[in-house]
Amino acid sequence: MPKLTAAIVGSGNIGTDLLYKLQRSDLIEARWMIGVDPDSEGLKRAKDLGLEASHEGIDWLLAQDEKPDLLFEATSAYVYRDNAPRYREAGIKAIDLTPAAIGPYVVPAANMDLNLEADDINLVTCGGQATIPIVHAISSVVHVPYAEIVASVSSSSAGPGTRNNIDEFTRTTSRGIEVVGGAERGKAIIILNPADPPPLMRNTVFCSIPEDADTDAIATAILKRVDEVAQYVPGYRIKSEPQFDGPSDVNGGQARVAVFLEVEGAGDFFPPYAGNLDIMTAAATRVGEAIAAARIAKTGKDV
Amino acid sequence: MPVPATVGRTYSDELDLRITDSSLRDGSHAKRHQFSLDHVSSIVAALDDAGVPVIEVTHGDGLGGSSFNYGFSLTPELDMIRTAVKTAKRAKIAFLMLPGLGTKEDIRAAQDAGGQICRIATHCTEADVSRQHFGLARELGLETVGFLMMSHTISPEELAKQARIMADAGCQCVYVVDSAGALIMEQTYDRVAALVAELGDDAQVGFHGHENLGLGVANSLFAARAGAQQIDGSTRRFGAGAGNTPVEGFVAVIDKLGVKTGIDVRKIISAAEHVVRPAMDGECLLDELSLTMGYAGVYSSFLKHADRLSKRYDVSGAEMLIRCGERKLVGGQEDQLIAIALELVEEKADA
Repeated sequence: MPKLTAAIVGSGNIGTDLLYKLQRSDLIEARWMIGVDPDSEGLKRAKDLGLEASHEGIDWLLAQDEKPDLLFEATSAYVYRDNAPRYREAGIKAIDLTPAAIGPYVVPAANMDLNLEADDINLVTCGGQATIPIVHAISSVVHVPYAEIVASVSSSSAGPGTRNNIDEFTRTTSRGIEVVGGAERGKAIIILNPADPPPLMRNTVFCSIPEDADTDAIATAILKRVDEVAQYVPGYRIKSEPQFDGPSDVNGGQARVAVFLEVEGAGDFFPPYAGNLDIMTAAATRVGEAIAAARIAKTGKDV
Repeated sequence: MPVPATVGRTYSDELDLRITDSSLRDGSHAKRHQFSLDHVSSIVAALDDAGVPVIEVTHGDGLGGSSFNYGFSLTPELDMIRTAVKTAKRAKIAFLMLPGLGTKEDIRAAQDAGGQICRIATHCTEADVSRQHFGLARELGLETVGFLMMSHTISPEELAKQARIMADAGCQCVYVVDSAGALIMEQTYDRVAALVAELGDDAQVGFHGHENLGLGVANSLFAARAGAQQIDGSTRRFGAGAGNTPVEGFVAVIDKLGVKTGIDVRKIISAAEHVVRPAMDGECLLDELSLTMGYAGVYSSFLKHADRLSKRYDVSGAEMLIRCGERKLVGGQEDQLIAIALELVEEKADA
């Protein structure tokens, strides 16, 4: 079966975990791993797995005769802002795992088919990937004036990118809840917990709903959506039945549904508690495969 | 036996210690965030008249805290800040923000509303998430305070390292924050002393105490001896858990020891009784739940949530709090209390 070729830019933890996932793909062949540090462990690992690895950044990649069909960006929002126009110029389709939010947001279990044609695709944030499918499921049943998510991740899984730009996490996730999730207004909260042993990623979704909403229909839609996410993030699960509460003063006079989620990582490169990182690389793989499948179907065979 | 100096370092030429009253911020938890503008103006007027130099006004969980997770505010917090600023004749108005919940935009808006002191709180091991916010606050000309929450969970040495991160980011006073009311005198002293040794003249040190083991005043005294120059309290203990260090109680004690805070003892005692108490839904008590929090080292603002959820799901609130302690939940994880209540429901059904 023909495969799309791919480059991973960013040879850190995320890039390495993504590489492990792409190694299992029937549709994508990871051929290049690009970093900036000659001593990078990630580059060494990629080389051992048979990839072409370079520490000379995207200048090196773009100077090659053969260009990748797909590029996965696992650097930082700032780096990606500089890189994105150059990929576009070179005609390389990019899937962005940083919160740069340049291209349209894609959350596989919510709006996969809408934006696959875009030059570059943004995966929102880890908290967004974990919660937006649920907001989307609820807003497909009832009008959701306001949705709020709380993502708790272990401190050791939050790198310097997240720590130095925590506002970008809340802003990009809030926006994703609105644009993709379908809530009129979104709010995101992120909590870093240093407990040892590190706790699994937890996510809570709160949506305001009409007082007379069909709660059975909402619950059914949520459970179905959890199964759909679990197809590409095997450790994604709901912790209890969705909880419905009537209006009260602490709820701002709104009826609400609350959904409690847990994400256990696949343990490819990261330990299982880092479900927040796993869900990003799993979503990237899923989006990449959807693009590959569409292109292979269109061209018949070689791409 | 020689009597140790009550104050290790003085705040300024005029004040030996600077007191910040948090009734209108930490008290928001006890009030389930249902403050009205009348509450704000009456409390600010009384505290200002008594000479309280700093009054903190925000949702209990800081800017942007009005939410399903923490409880919606009755009154928009920027309106509360504006009213406080308009009412205060002498006192500076402070506001709180927690990175991950509030954003830089919130800091700008609070300053536009008249807030003068920006207090930025992180869990005590996560100070580096506050760098961009301290940077902005200083750029805007705000006075800055850093909060290392749940300070009882790490050693004085580790805490001092985190204080250094805040100071280097632009924080002018780093607080040892006993969010769970779990520190016991010498433990407070050692933490404050470690921060004083680390920060030297680079930043001041403060202490924020809770009453969950009944030690707010005692801990604050130990903090002052160790060199803390700023102390938080809430008049009438109006705060989360069993409440905060009572400002009137602490001021009465240190006044007897000759320490200058600029606060009139008689006036603050009267304000506690006749202005603050009537604004409260009830006294902040050292009861089963709040004592359990101090004992198990649980974030004080979980109290009202545990109380409400124990009734909603008919499970033990104390058991919920013990599990919060076992799981080492940090401030902000109020959502996990619902998850714990649901586990208890399930266990009951299985039994």
